[in-house]
Amino acid sequence: MSILVDKHTRLICQGITGKAGHFHAEQCKAYGTKLVGGVTPGKGGTSTLDVPVFDTCDDAVKSTGANATMIFVPPPFAADSILEAADAGIPLIIAITEGIPVLDMARAVAYLKSHHPHVRLIGPNCPGVITPGQCKIGIMPGYIHTPGRVGVVSRSGTLTYEAVWQLTSLGIGQSTCVGIGGDPVNGTSFVDVLRMFQADPDTDAVMMMGEIGGNAEEQAAALKSSGEFTKPIAAFIAGQTAPPGKRMGHAGAIISGGSGKAEDKIAALEGAGIRVAKSPADMGITLQQALKGH
Amino acid sequence: MKVHEYQAKELLKKFGAAVPEGIVASTPAEAAAAFKALNEPLVVVKAQVHSGGRGKGVAVGPEADRAEALAVASGEKPRPEGWAKGVQLVRTAEEAQKAAASLLGKTLVTYQTGAVGSPIEKVLVTVGHNIVRELYLGLAIDRGEKAPVLMATTEGGVEIETIAAHHPEKIHRETIDVNAGLLDFQARKICKALGFEGETAKKGSVFLKNFVQMFLDTDSSLAEVNPLIVTEGGEVMALDLKLNFDDNALFRHKDIAAMLDPAEEDPNEMRAAKWGLSYVQLDGNIACLVNGAGLAMSTMDLIKYHGGDPANFLDVGGGANKEQVLEGFRILLSSPTVKAVLVNIFGGIMQCDIIAAAILAAYDEINFHVPLVVRLEGTNVEKGMKMIEESGRKIIVAKGLTDAAQKVVAAAKGETV
Repeated sequence: MSILVDKHTRLICQGITGKAGHFHAEQCKAYGTKLVGGVTPGKGGTSTLDVPVFDTCDDAVKSTGANATMIFVPPPFAADSILEAADAGIPLIIAITEGIPVLDMARAVAYLKSHHPHVRLIGPNCPGVITPGQCKIGIMPGYIHTPGRVGVVSRSGTLTYEAVWQLTSLGIGQSTCVGIGGDPVNGTSFVDVLRMFQADPDTDAVMMMGEIGGNAEEQAAALKSSGEFTKPIAAFIAGQTAPPGKRMGHAGAIISGGSGKAEDKIAALEGAGIRVAKSPADMGITLQQALKGH
Repeated sequence: MKVHEYQAKELLKKFGAAVPEGIVASTPAEAAAAFKALNEPLVVVKAQVHSGGRGKGVAVGPEADRAEALAVASGEKPRPEGWAKGVQLVRTAEEAQKAAASLLGKTLVTYQTGAVGSPIEKVLVTVGHNIVRELYLGLAIDRGEKAPVLMATTEGGVEIETIAAHHPEKIHRETIDVNAGLLDFQARKICKALGFEGETAKKGSVFLKNFVQMFLDTDSSLAEVNPLIVTEGGEVMALDLKLNFDDNALFRHKDIAAMLDPAEEDPNEMRAAKWGLSYVQLDGNIACLVNGAGLAMSTMDLIKYHGGDPANFLDVGGGANKEQVLEGFRILLSSPTVKAVLVNIFGGIMQCDIIAAAILAAYDEINFHVPLVVRLEGTNVEKGMKMIEESGRKIIVAKGLTDAAQKVVAAAKGETV
């Protein structure tokens, strides 16, 4: 078991004929993901990576029965691609694209909420989702993962790889790893993913990587405090040395008006009984301790 | 991206919200001419820099003690003779010229700019109004609401963060539907909360709706009117306006992108951006070059955790090719305070041997005058590390994050690693 994706997931890639889309669709397929098609307007009727390319998501879904999409469409058009996928009836949309205007995302999220409330959007500006050994949708290196019972959720890419690699090196496998992305307006929050992990009988604990900006980590802490989330969590918060008012790479990683500080997030998490790694070198060990201490 | 007050006000005016009449000037003579053109008894000359606190800020020359200037701007010391205030009232063309001369070409130090200050290249010469009330309006993306939220309070001229911390009940909030803009009833609610009545309420509603429309149509990320004023004549207008724009949306706003003032930007940050790198300068002496924003922040934290001081944030992106690494090194080494450099790369899709080759090639192209510590992890890591170890260059190889941090902290102290 797992959350979001498994060996039955049927994936299409929007932007499959672009350089990044093509490369990563190929990598996903090589990992064992069931890639069933791609979408590029104007290239319908052609094929690539041994799968058909369609002009629209609608055509792709009707022909292939796809139930997940991975978006590599360039930023100016990416929000529209998200809505096109939802309109075609795809229940899981994973948007990898970085640099989408924030008001485009605000419009897209509002549209999904009113027209397609059951669609799950992951990202944008995220590495994607992987259920080790079954299905990889995104840009993460597959081989660092190993099947197991720890859920991973994070706002960043390479920091997640670091954490997963530490877990794998300690012999701790992962149920599903979810990158929720580094943008200020996104589809899925820490709380959403924690609820899914809580409901998953094959996830025993969660490793969570947060960073400065916003209050998604504080909300996760509140979920733990409320008793709604009962499994052990270990966390790490990046940006303890980040200066206020400066955007640290991710559009959402900024301390503004005194809020979104790492120290406040760490205090909230620890206050909820969540173990927080002091050093990024200790993320895996902290999760191991959380598992034992439970 | 940030713009100057005069640019922000021109935009707001285009959207039909009232601002005091004003003319921007680059020389004292232009300021005098602007005074005459405005033809009003009371005029204000305002230094144009990207900072708040300009009224209390001081304009200083190159010889001035900046630390003292900051103390003055922060209200800790009295203002000495000869240091002009960033905002000055004038009543004649001669006074306007004199005020402009006291500002232009100087550096404005405010509590927000810090001791380094910002160069004053332009002044805004603008009509002074008799103010009856000062209020506050703010508009920003609220992550929880996933939409812009308009904030209004009667506590004008004060920092909104202070009010939010101590009197959150004094801030009236309206969530904006990004497709509909500010609805009439929402505008009425805010006018009520601000105590606007009669004609003022009508003018207030027009201001609010146009203000919100400007935010939406220009892809603003932050808009603050502080203060929003009601004049003796019953006009509602923006006395000061701060506007930030979403960098990711500038591709569809060429006119706004053209407003960028390079003098206000950190040269290294601009240079990094040209190469697809994300760079932020810090105060420490240990530079780092990392792939990915989360890992780059974590690497700074790691250096601090092991007793060092990070000199910067530098994210070379998920990949990291030779040109990016080379430009990254150039930026890092341009700082005279840097005593050691740490490269921390998690090579996922990008293979470590390819990254090692990029590091070696970049290393050879520039004069590396401080110790370099390299930590690689991921695909083909053994091969990559072996290439560096056997290269014959004076590069310190680290195994794991902790080892890397300990080695670079020791190297920065001048210890043999």
